[in-house]
Amino acid sequence: MLPYLLWALLFIIVPILLIIYYSLCVETDSGLVFSLQNYSRVFQPIYLRIMWRSVALAFMCTLFCLVMGYPVAYIMASKEYARKGFLLFLFLVPMWMNFLLRTYSWLTILERNGIINSVLSVFGLPNIDLLYNEEAVILGMIYNFLPFMILPIYTVLKKMDQSVIEAAQDLGADSRTVFLRVTVPLSMPGVISGVTMVFMPAVTTFIVSDLLGGAQFMLIGNLIEQQFLKIRDWNFGSAVSVILMTLIIASVAIFSMVDKDSEGGALF
Amino acid sequence: MKALKKLYLGLMLTFMYAPILILIIFSFNASKSRANWTGFTLNWYVELFRDPSILKALYNTITIALLSSFFATVLGTAAAVGIDALGGKAKRAVMAVTNIPVMNPDIVTGVSLMILFIFVFKFFPAMKLGYVTLLLSHIAFNTSYVILSVLPKLRHMDGNLYEAALDLGASPALGFFKVILPEIMPGVVTGAMLAFTMSIDDFVVSFFTTGSGVNNLSILIYSMARRGINPKINALSALMFIVVLTLLYLVNASDNSKVKINEE
Repeated sequence: MLPYLLWALLFIIVPILLIIYYSLCVETDSGLVFSLQNYSRVFQPIYLRIMWRSVALAFMCTLFCLVMGYPVAYIMASKEYARKGFLLFLFLVPMWMNFLLRTYSWLTILERNGIINSVLSVFGLPNIDLLYNEEAVILGMIYNFLPFMILPIYTVLKKMDQSVIEAAQDLGADSRTVFLRVTVPLSMPGVISGVTMVFMPAVTTFIVSDLLGGAQFMLIGNLIEQQFLKIRDWNFGSAVSVILMTLIIASVAIFSMVDKDSEGGALF
Repeated sequence: MKALKKLYLGLMLTFMYAPILILIIFSFNASKSRANWTGFTLNWYVELFRDPSILKALYNTITIALLSSFFATVLGTAAAVGIDALGGKAKRAVMAVTNIPVMNPDIVTGVSLMILFIFVFKFFPAMKLGYVTLLLSHIAFNTSYVILSVLPKLRHMDGNLYEAALDLGASPALGFFKVILPEIMPGVVTGAMLAFTMSIDDFVVSFFTTGSGVNNLSILIYSMARRGINPKINALSALMFIVVLTLLYLVNASDNSKVKINEE
């Protein structure tokens, strides 16, 4: 127990304290001095736009994942597919392929002389620019995070007491009413975990935006990476990281409060 | 309706697998092009095993995954036993800290560990970012996953068993290895496997905590992506994909047979 406490202190608590410390300082000729300047900089329009864009893209991605993933979970959990466990397995397998390679592969599909454009030119159609825009980034996010939406919804739907649905049918509800008034409300815990598990990585990613959005495309993740590794302004980078961390941990805490009575809907 | 359902699942699976298939198909492409098929070759698979930078990255990825999941499993299992014995506030506080690496965005974990290492190096100028910092970072985020998979098993265990062992004269260590460990083994194995896959798949934390010259596969792929990925990487990922699929299949098959025996 004691070794773990020391370990957690050194590798979990101290790094976070350090990042908070750096965010509250600025570099001057006489060393680090206390300042709130980094935080006021975050609220400059240029950075606010980046944050707004990250949240907006992550929101779109989450929405698409929900609309695309819910039917998948619903069909797989339905009676006729009950014995086909390998289907769920099929949806999870792509996650074992390297994340970067999976994203990179979209590059070969979408790029200027990529597969879609090759097919278009076979039919004599003009080439189109599919890469390096917001749509490409959202597509990449959806592709990478869709399984995170399917799994928790599937788990909840699968565990749902079928007699509740039969009861609703016996009481005269048609299939649409059963779905909207019984299935959907009962699957809410799964939807909430799914939304959390898609939104969080989507809002913090910097690889998808880097590969599919191009070098100029900035999300919060890219801003942090740029500050730490390219511009080397650790203090401003730390301030952005602290804000991102606070946002994420606060929203996870809120979601888990809403989600308290559901068990096992999450991936881990 | 049934056909519609099938069609929908088929479409979604096509969406999930098309990029992977394309990646694998082009690992057999004779030219370096990523989009134009010029003929079949197995050349990239041969070249792959002659490329020192790829082999080195593969070696780093696998050794770090093995070592970090081993240390995280030992540390995490011991910690979970300790946490389970705690009560009330202390337990909640330790769990809150344990949850941080799981909840925190990868990128924040990555930069905060990088800051920690560089901060420590100010006092030990001889050390620099590299294999060791990469390994420590992987243990750091993996330990939490192990704790979270072991704890539920401990909670469901009958605490009297361990006390009975002690009453019958077992030392605490013997009691742990003979009574507690066998009971929580499924959680320990899940935790270890989870840690292993998290480590293999990690890019973001590794990217910030490694030093120049020490790459794992993810970092190598990232640095190649700008220049255009070499078909050798396609070949490697096709191989890894097949290996992972086989492993998953074997694990699943053995699980199913166990379940059947238990049912009988």
